[in-house]
Amino acid sequence: MTYDERLQNVSILGAAGKMGSGILLLTVVEMMDLSLKPENKGKPFALNAIDISQEALAGLKDYLGPQVLKIAEKKMVWLRKAYDDRPDLIENSEIIDQYVRDTLSIVRRVTRVEAAYDSHLIFEAVNENKDLKIKLFSQIDQNNPYKPWFFTNTSSVPIHLLDKGANLGGRVLGFHFYNPPAVQKLAELIVTDSTLPEAKAFALDYAKNLKKVVVPSNDFAGFIGNGHFMRDALYGIHEAERLSAEMPFCEALYMVNKVTQDYLVRPMGIFQLIDYVGIDVTQFIMKVMNPFLPDEDLHSDLLDKMMEMGVRGGQFADGSQKNGFLQYEKGKPVGIFDPEKKEYVTLVTISGKCDEKLGPVPSSAINWKTAVKLRNKDEKLAAFFHDLKNSDTLGAKLAVSYGRKSNEIGCKLVTSGVAFSEEDVNTVLLTGFFHAYGPINTFFE
Amino acid sequence: MQQLRRKVYMAAGYNTIAMGTGRSEFNPKKPRPGIEHYIREAGQGTLRQIGGAPHVDEGAIGNFMASRFNKQGHLAGFIPMIDEGLQFKPCTRTEGACASGALALMAGIRSVLAETAEVVLTVGVEVQNTVKAIYGADILAGAGWYQKRKNGHAYFFPGQFSDRAGAYYAKYGQERARKGMGRWFRNAVENARLCPTAQEYENKVEDLEAFYHRMKLNGETFVDNLNVLDCSKVTDGASAIAILSEEGLQRCGIPKDQAVEVVGWAQAERNITQDPPDLTELTTIKKAVAQALESAGITINDLATIELHDCFSIAGVLSVEALGFASPGEGADFIAAGHTARDGKIPINTTGGLIGWGHPTGGTGVHQAVTIWEQLTGIAGAAQIEIPKDRPYGMTINMGGDDVTVVVIVYRRAG
Repeated sequence: MTYDERLQNVSILGAAGKMGSGILLLTVVEMMDLSLKPENKGKPFALNAIDISQEALAGLKDYLGPQVLKIAEKKMVWLRKAYDDRPDLIENSEIIDQYVRDTLSIVRRVTRVEAAYDSHLIFEAVNENKDLKIKLFSQIDQNNPYKPWFFTNTSSVPIHLLDKGANLGGRVLGFHFYNPPAVQKLAELIVTDSTLPEAKAFALDYAKNLKKVVVPSNDFAGFIGNGHFMRDALYGIHEAERLSAEMPFCEALYMVNKVTQDYLVRPMGIFQLIDYVGIDVTQFIMKVMNPFLPDEDLHSDLLDKMMEMGVRGGQFADGSQKNGFLQYEKGKPVGIFDPEKKEYVTLVTISGKCDEKLGPVPSSAINWKTAVKLRNKDEKLAAFFHDLKNSDTLGAKLAVSYGRKSNEIGCKLVTSGVAFSEEDVNTVLLTGFFHAYGPINTFFE
Repeated sequence: MQQLRRKVYMAAGYNTIAMGTGRSEFNPKKPRPGIEHYIREAGQGTLRQIGGAPHVDEGAIGNFMASRFNKQGHLAGFIPMIDEGLQFKPCTRTEGACASGALALMAGIRSVLAETAEVVLTVGVEVQNTVKAIYGADILAGAGWYQKRKNGHAYFFPGQFSDRAGAYYAKYGQERARKGMGRWFRNAVENARLCPTAQEYENKVEDLEAFYHRMKLNGETFVDNLNVLDCSKVTDGASAIAILSEEGLQRCGIPKDQAVEVVGWAQAERNITQDPPDLTELTTIKKAVAQALESAGITINDLATIELHDCFSIAGVLSVEALGFASPGEGADFIAAGHTARDGKIPINTTGGLIGWGHPTGGTGVHQAVTIWEQLTGIAGAAQIEIPKDRPYGMTINMGGDDVTVVVIVYRRAG
């Protein structure tokens, strides 16, 4: 079966979710473009968008339409050639409209998993629940005569367990998109010893066509991305808990969040990142990973407590940020949660005294937005971090310790065999988390 | 020299800011002024210099595609909006693609010559940032023959001039040509930095030619033979100028030395349904320039400065050859040697031209006239060049479509 034939009938499980809808968008556009190739003209292409939520599926069109439109507008030079055989389509606007209509017509929104019984390729983006994934894979595989390939978007469940549990004989691999899939350039590719080589080759071609940067990861719970993020987040939580012995908890949260953003030159502080991922998702992934880590305890009482109080973070359907550790207005943090009082404290009421405790930031400081655009980024970062190391302020000490811990986590991913190289770890953090520098560095030595 | 039945002057020019990407005020995500704002600002800018609307006999407005960019036709009706005093006066709208502005100038010149008006308020306007560039390309493609659109490029006019550039590269050498085109871009931006209303006024790139040459040609995302720096940007803007007789100058209280005299012109039209006879030559411009020089009784050696239609850098190169400053195939060398820079043999586009100042399509012809008026009367500010006494003439070349509608006007300082 050729690449094009494999993509003629595809199903996406969990298609209306945050990740599933992004995978759906990228895949349907790839299928549409294949359908426009002269040799594919007239062949049917179908993508089953499968989700348990009828309501969420109904909302998919609102998401897909504008997104496909944006994609079409960026490849107009190619589209004019692709629709060369349509004399009725003359202006760019007419061709773009037709392309959007054609693309959306490939998508079939369904709630029943039976729709996947005719597919050659199944993308899975359901909850991080191993048993659920195995159940779905088994059911589809037993009823699908084409021996389909299963690409799972899991960010934490080992692939070999899914292979074994659903008895797939190597027809499964991990294709882990980053959030949001339509924007993030990174994809982690996880194969097992028994993954079919042709499935891996297909996955690499697919990633290339989607212009994704592929980083291979060994089949170990959490892989590289969550392998770093979960430990990094847990360290941040522990630091906040440690500081809270001397100050109100919300002030400790504020300080650790500020240090991880401003002092470590990251796009957002660690608690804002947890909110972005979702407190519920972070807790769940830790729970999935923890049994596979005999010498670690990847668990946080604080996350459990937040969940018990119903503070979950994550995003609303329109993509806006829900409140979590931080409170947001128009996407910007304006308050911070006080777990003792179970209410948000406005940042302005505590930022002054907290900033004073952290001490002055060295004048060589650069912010993340500036840093990522600098040609001499490493030189500027080295100068700033050198000044941090030579500073006695609380903020500098917290930052240097944090930088070292991040480095240690990154190195451990390599030495424990999760990542194949230091470069792969850094690529994941640079590309998938938009960091200005990789965690494995010499800045904090 | 062709003897005119009466003298025709221009004075009291005004340009709005050339608004679009590159200007710090421009934010495509925020609401922006509509076309009427630009018409009003430019028109009032001229009225203030001529003693107000009562001195005006007629109005003329040049515009290309407001009907699609702004969903607005019937632009002559906006002239009385400029000032209550213009209500019920005769007004005309002209359209000739990117030469619409110069056609408005010609309408004004003819009215004065016909003695039906002593003072004509002339405006040129286009507001194009209402749509994304990819849809703007559809609208601007209306300057070509609609039957060519289907097989044309996504970016139709960049595609047309990319074909011209490709033919030029094949005939005379790509490296040589692009060296001249890179210098053209540098001149455009350097001149624009001297003009506060220019779209590239705030451009801060240090080594412009190096910047130009770093941007490689990529036919997969744009056209084969041009990069985006070879192209004028999408611009919103308007310009206005008064066209007057002797009596009109007196009525408005304008001293002659603050006006320019129109001493010659030519207007030429090529069959839009036919391909250009030679892609490496702007044939219509060549003919119109020769006619305009003849009508003025001068040669190119009498010109102090020229505003020409560099919608694309290759159009600049071909225009230099059409003017006769360089032989075919040597225009790029002439430019690369600095001869068209503001301190060169023939300073061209001294406030940036279409690539540097901006290209509000239907407004460009009027903007060119305003720039020549400023230069010849010595009020161009930081952009002022020296006008040699033995070469007192200025020229504007306004082109619509791919060398289809061309208006060339020759000026000298009055008085």
